[in-house]
Amino acid sequence: MVPTQYYLVLSAILFGLGAVAFVVKRNIITIFMSIELMLNAVNLAFVAFSQSMPDKIGGHKLDGQVFVLFVIVVAAAEAAVGLGIIILTARNRRSLNIERVDLLKL
Amino acid sequence: MSNQPILDHLWIIPLLPLLGAAVNGFFGLKWPNKIVNTVALSSTGISFACALEAVREFVTYVAPTGQIFRKEFFDWIVAGNFRAGFDLQMDQLTVVMVLVVTGVGFLIHIYSTGYMAHEGGYYRFFAYLNLFMFFMLILVLAANYVLLFVGWEGVGLSSYLLIGFYFLRKSAADAGKKAFIVNRIGDFGFMLGMFLLFRTFHTLDFHDLFDQITKQSWPHEAWGAFGMMTIACLLLFMGACGKSAQLPLYVWLPDAMEGPTPVSALIHAATMVTAGVYVVARSHILFEHSETALVVVATIGCATALFAATIGLVQTDIKKVLAYSTVSQLGYMFLACGVGAFGAGIFHLMTHAFFKALLFLAAGSVIHAMGGEQDMLKMGGLSKKIKVTYVTMLIATLAIAGAPLFAGFFSKDAILFSAFTVGGNGGHLLYAVGLLTALLTAFYMFRLIFLTFHGKQRYDEHHVHVHESPWSMLGPLVVLAILSIFGGWFALPSFFGGADYFANFLLPVFGARGEIEGLSEAAAHSLEITLAIVAVASATVGFLVAFWLYLKQPGKPAELAKSLKGAYTTLYNKYYVDELYAAAIVRPLVWLSENVLWKVVDVEAIDGTVNGIAHGATAVGDTVRHTQSGNTRSYAVWVVVGALAIIFIIFWPALHAFVAPAQAAVTK
Repeated sequence: MVPTQYYLVLSAILFGLGAVAFVVKRNIITIFMSIELMLNAVNLAFVAFSQSMPDKIGGHKLDGQVFVLFVIVVAAAEAAVGLGIIILTARNRRSLNIERVDLLKL
Repeated sequence: MSNQPILDHLWIIPLLPLLGAAVNGFFGLKWPNKIVNTVALSSTGISFACALEAVREFVTYVAPTGQIFRKEFFDWIVAGNFRAGFDLQMDQLTVVMVLVVTGVGFLIHIYSTGYMAHEGGYYRFFAYLNLFMFFMLILVLAANYVLLFVGWEGVGLSSYLLIGFYFLRKSAADAGKKAFIVNRIGDFGFMLGMFLLFRTFHTLDFHDLFDQITKQSWPHEAWGAFGMMTIACLLLFMGACGKSAQLPLYVWLPDAMEGPTPVSALIHAATMVTAGVYVVARSHILFEHSETALVVVATIGCATALFAATIGLVQTDIKKVLAYSTVSQLGYMFLACGVGAFGAGIFHLMTHAFFKALLFLAAGSVIHAMGGEQDMLKMGGLSKKIKVTYVTMLIATLAIAGAPLFAGFFSKDAILFSAFTVGGNGGHLLYAVGLLTALLTAFYMFRLIFLTFHGKQRYDEHHVHVHESPWSMLGPLVVLAILSIFGGWFALPSFFGGADYFANFLLPVFGARGEIEGLSEAAAHSLEITLAIVAVASATVGFLVAFWLYLKQPGKPAELAKSLKGAYTTLYNKYYVDELYAAAIVRPLVWLSENVLWKVVDVEAIDGTVNGIAHGATAVGDTVRHTQSGNTRSYAVWVVVGALAIIFIIFWPALHAFVAPAQAAVTK
């Protein structure tokens, strides 16, 4: 069996990539993708922990996997809303550059 | 146990009026007067009935054992070794007070239903009146100073509410505030007295406290020659001075006449103002341990009696005369307490409650008949038109003047006798002043009667339709008149060499007064008779002077006032005490409040601090808002930095534990 640490290290690398891309990239779609990357990095960590925790009757605890399901559901909802916003932004501004979308400042 | 059901549930006596106050206060607004009446009268009436039953049980089952009844209902404040519980007690002193409060209170409630029938805020009046009954009953039933103080403050509150009952009239609102504030000065002393007692004896429970004192297990020496007991007594007496309107804190009582007349009768004549006397009598064990305090009490009482009586001589407002008369009679009670005759003081408290309540209620009936007129100079010749009021008021006047066989005669006589027999020049001086006051009392009371009921009619019959009051008002007058006649007969046998039932009844509380020096029992008895004759003679002089001045020579008083202009105006303006207080205390305080407390402390310091903090918040916000750039990526950086910081903080101890042994291994 693959040791849990391997999964965790992979998860951390993916999360780090997502975080860096989130900060560095300017294209809204790319930023959106980096958010998905971070979410899935966390999902990977969840299933890894789930697999590494045996329960009393010989299987393993399913809590982590349940969490993953929730995360996927929420991510799907978020994707629907987020993509909608992105499309609107693209139509209105004719641009996907995040630096052009700063109307919330004072 | 089962043979004393009410005594075991003593709390029901004060609680019933509270219930009445709550019901009327919360729901009475929309109710017709009839329902408000039912609630108010039934709560006080049942309370009175319960009090009677409790007294019966006490006298039958508890008193013969020589004990007092005392019961702890629940803990109220418990902190360290301090305990103040909702403890009620009943002893002979409480019996007298409870019966006076509930009995007279009930009668005045009945009277009020007639007197207040056409007033606005009917339900509010009865809610306050019931609230007063609750607090007054707590005051007299309490078994420790803390609970007593609850009642003490509560009656002050109800008094304030009722004096300011016509709150749209500025004078009434001001009078209410004056009463409350002057009382507060006294209460300050009262509280300090309680603190001092607790500091010394570590208890404020009557039973424990008095027990310690009688057993002499208290540190005498700790307080030097002047004595802690004297200080404690004087502080308590300061509270009593405020509540019972004694010099120099009496100024609120005459102004309190702004309240409706039944309030004057119940609170400012019969019950609340006697609370100070009650406290002194209740603390008699303290006072008996301090010669100085007793002398102060006697002196202040005596001085107040004379002082107020002289002011009463020339007042023309019928209620003001009665107010000063009340102050004067309260002085009498303190005089009695000061010479150690606590029983006589309480006796006078009881008879005074009857006849002074009657005087006020009758005066209220007169005012009612005159359509609101209170100036005696605009009355006259009313005796034929309002007969019942006249007769009852005459009975009360005879009682307060000390006419033989009326209630006031016995109690006043007991006080004067005690003052005389205390001995020495001091005692004789107190007696002389007391006697002079008795003379003045007879004078101003008969002046009131003659001006109001006799002589020429001095009002315009076309404007004033004089009419007798309804029976709801006259009924209580008649009952109180009967009590004013017979209320003193407990002491009657002592004049025939027998026992004074009232004094004997209170004996378990106050103990026997020592044998009078150099007097055999027979000599003391003949002395008492002599003094009684002297007192009656002086009252007769007062009556005759009033008779001559106001009936035989109606022009004479005005002439006399003119020839003695200086004295007359001084008396008429009440010795300018209010003006003196205004100049010496009120105005400097107002100046200080305005120029220092308002303009410096409030505006500069307090507002400055508050505004400064607000300005600071604005400035900080102004600076920090620049971080809100609107640039999404900079927000993202903050999020990442924050997350990293949190991770670092969480894992720092683990990291440290991991690194430290490695370092230790390296150095080895």
